Amino acid sequence: MAYVAVKGGERAIEAAHAWLAEERRGDPALPELSLDQIEAQLGLAVDRVMAEGACHDRGLAALAIKQARGDLIEAAFLLRAYRTTLPRFGASLPLETDAMRIRRRISATYKELPGGQVLGPTFDYTHRLLDFALAAEGGTPPPAPEAEAAPAVMPRVTGLLAQEGLMAPEASSEAEPCDLTREPLAFPAERPLRLQALARGDEGFLLSLGYSTQRGYGNAHPFVGEIRMGAVMVEFEPPELGFAIELGEITVTECQMVNQFAGTKTEPPQFTRGYGLVFGHGERKAMAMALVDRALRAPELGEPVEAPAQDQEFVLYHCDNVEATGFVEHLKLPHYVDFQSELEKIRLLRREASGE
Amino acid sequence: MTPLDSMPLTPGFADPVADAQSCFRALLEAMARPGRVQRLAALPEAPAPLSPAAAAALLTMADAETPVWTDAGPAAEAWLRFHAGCPLVARPGEAAFLLASGPMPPLAALAAGTEEEPHRSATLVLQVAALEEEEAWRLSGPGIENSHPLRVEGLPDSFLPDWAANATRFPRGVDLVLCAGPRLVALPRTTRIEEAG
Amino acid sequence: MTALGYNFGYLDENTKRMIRRALLKAVAIPGHQVPFGAREMPLPYGWGTGGIAVTASVIGTGDRLKVIDQGADDTTNAVSIRRFFAKVAGVATTESTAEATIIQTRHRIPETRLREGQILVYQVPMPEPLFRLEPRVAETRRMHALADYGLMHVKLYEDIARHGHVAISYNYPVLVGGRYLMSPSPIPAFDNPKMDRMPALQLFGAGREKRIYAVPPYTSVRSLDFEDHPFQPVRADAPCALCGSRESYLDEVLTDDQGGRMFVCSDTDYCNTRQTHREAAE
Repeated sequence: MAYVAVKGGERAIEAAHAWLAEERRGDPALPELSLDQIEAQLGLAVDRVMAEGACHDRGLAALAIKQARGDLIEAAFLLRAYRTTLPRFGASLPLETDAMRIRRRISATYKELPGGQVLGPTFDYTHRLLDFALAAEGGTPPPAPEAEAAPAVMPRVTGLLAQEGLMAPEASSEAEPCDLTREPLAFPAERPLRLQALARGDEGFLLSLGYSTQRGYGNAHPFVGEIRMGAVMVEFEPPELGFAIELGEITVTECQMVNQFAGTKTEPPQFTRGYGLVFGHGERKAMAMALVDRALRAPELGEPVEAPAQDQEFVLYHCDNVEATGFVEHLKLPHYVDFQSELEKIRLLRREASGE
Repeated sequence: MTPLDSMPLTPGFADPVADAQSCFRALLEAMARPGRVQRLAALPEAPAPLSPAAAAALLTMADAETPVWTDAGPAAEAWLRFHAGCPLVARPGEAAFLLASGPMPPLAALAAGTEEEPHRSATLVLQVAALEEEEAWRLSGPGIENSHPLRVEGLPDSFLPDWAANATRFPRGVDLVLCAGPRLVALPRTTRIEEAG
Repeated sequence: MTALGYNFGYLDENTKRMIRRALLKAVAIPGHQVPFGAREMPLPYGWGTGGIAVTASVIGTGDRLKVIDQGADDTTNAVSIRRFFAKVAGVATTESTAEATIIQTRHRIPETRLREGQILVYQVPMPEPLFRLEPRVAETRRMHALADYGLMHVKLYEDIARHGHVAISYNYPVLVGGRYLMSPSPIPAFDNPKMDRMPALQLFGAGREKRIYAVPPYTSVRSLDFEDHPFQPVRADAPCALCGSRESYLDEVLTDDQGGRMFVCSDTDYCNTRQTHREAAE
């Protein structure tokens, strides 16, 4: 009997990749998507890929989206795999989000506040009705009305609360924080490390976890102290120069959640902060991150750790979608050796159970 | 004596990628098969008193992330700083790698890791007078089929009791790389040493 | 630099050095999991990134690389990894176990006895042998520090009480050098005895979990068992339909939908070599 192993091989892989390339391009009668188009018209997808790919480069993120056929986790993975090969020149100075050139800034805690509410380009208050006018090509929207430029520096809600002594101060440290991309996670993980993991964590995972804290799994009482989105300067201080040089501006979204804290024997009741910061315009992610950050502070605030969102190991080991997708999808790889050993084991156990 | 800043810096590895790889393989083989003498093929031109093998081992393992301690003097320090980019520390207990060309630093004073993280321990690269696979010691332990002969010249008298004390801390402990000329031998913390005869 | 614009072996030299340091400590402390700063690789996590990172840090131009998945050289993932190294390191590849200097494997140990001068690199999905019993890494790390493996012994004992056997058929836990409990990776328990006092060096890479560990040559690797219930590796009770081997681990191949099946060696190189010898003898 002629038996040929059906184990695939080089030709199968090449054919599959050729097919993939064909599917990616789609109908060749249609114009090909350009990276500029992706960058300009799918800007929030670009933002998300930069955030989860942990690499700020709009052009490369657009390329990754095109190559991944719009699969954003695949695109984030492509960007990460590229980023990891880049030489490291050093670390930038901390971003000064105080000095952000603001495009959007809202607070849910005060109706009126210094600097005012700036709605910016938001889906909020749009009616989620499919706009069939967009289905037709060639439309350029009328220009949005121009407002006066926002004040150069807008005070922070958390800063206003702090002036009254109502905001728990953050522990400040000049120590170099751990770098998640160089050192594996170790527990207990300090807050800088946790925030790094959350910043590149999966938006969907963090969204669900943040949501769970609102539904009683983690006992949060959050208010959006402030969300701000806009351009911040990235600065770098080369050791040989001894002063900072400006590398350029990037867009980030920052969320500061204000949470009630009942206090302890040694600390008076006050508000505590949950913090979120992401590349680009990523409001949902920044908010979810802030909720989860606050939940993960439970031990330091003397709160019981009971809910999934408060559990460091659970959150930090599972929030990375590049790790998660790899391991879930590896189940597609052949497992016939292990399955064979299970088969033999089960047959043995069944034989013995039936008294043979 | 020539002032340091006018001394020419001798080169490191001729081919940094390939030489580091071949040197690492020799180190890995040495650590995996304690007592077997490895002769390094690619050697940098290290300044005295560095032995070529010790210098190559440091170039292979040390960089900006690993604090290094050495007693080999300013020329060697400048060479290591330039080619490995490693920070140099004054206290042996703070070093990930130690390069000793003179008296052996006491093993008990070096980082031995913790019970949970025994890998956070020092590797001592020690220059000795000679290394031969001859019956003076009988080595045994992981990496050795039955026993392996080794003769080392230039170790202090206290070495064997110190080494035995190092073993009692397992999994904590210090690992040793002995170098002579272009040759090296590794003694991981698991290797037991008996005097032959 | 290779033609692709990437460094030899894909990883940059700093990353290789970090992995090499981890490897040396792993060899010095047999069976202990050394954390390392795993980098993203161009293959997904769970598809062999740890093994690839280890191989990339070890491999040189003089090496001859063999890659197997499920024992076979021609499975798609093995082909993909072998091509990756041919591309980024330009090294010679082989399907012959005897000729290889580095063998990267997923889920099997070759049937041909490995020798000195060879390195076996395992791809490891989950390095922690205790994770099903205690998912918290902080806890399991403490257990390893104390060599407190009571949890695993209780689990095996409960299996025996319930089934009359240990109900683990692959990824069967081993004790290395009499000290560290270690996951052998998801190889069938049949392969466990090959690890014991193996002349080749065994390296283990877990990329997603960011751990490296090792078993030096000639080191004791004991599958956990009890005196009255000694460890028993199992294989299908049949000869290989192609080469006739009664010693090798077999894949079961369904030949039709009427229950027809045959057994063939999972190790393709071993099976092909035996078939060639048999033909030559005839």
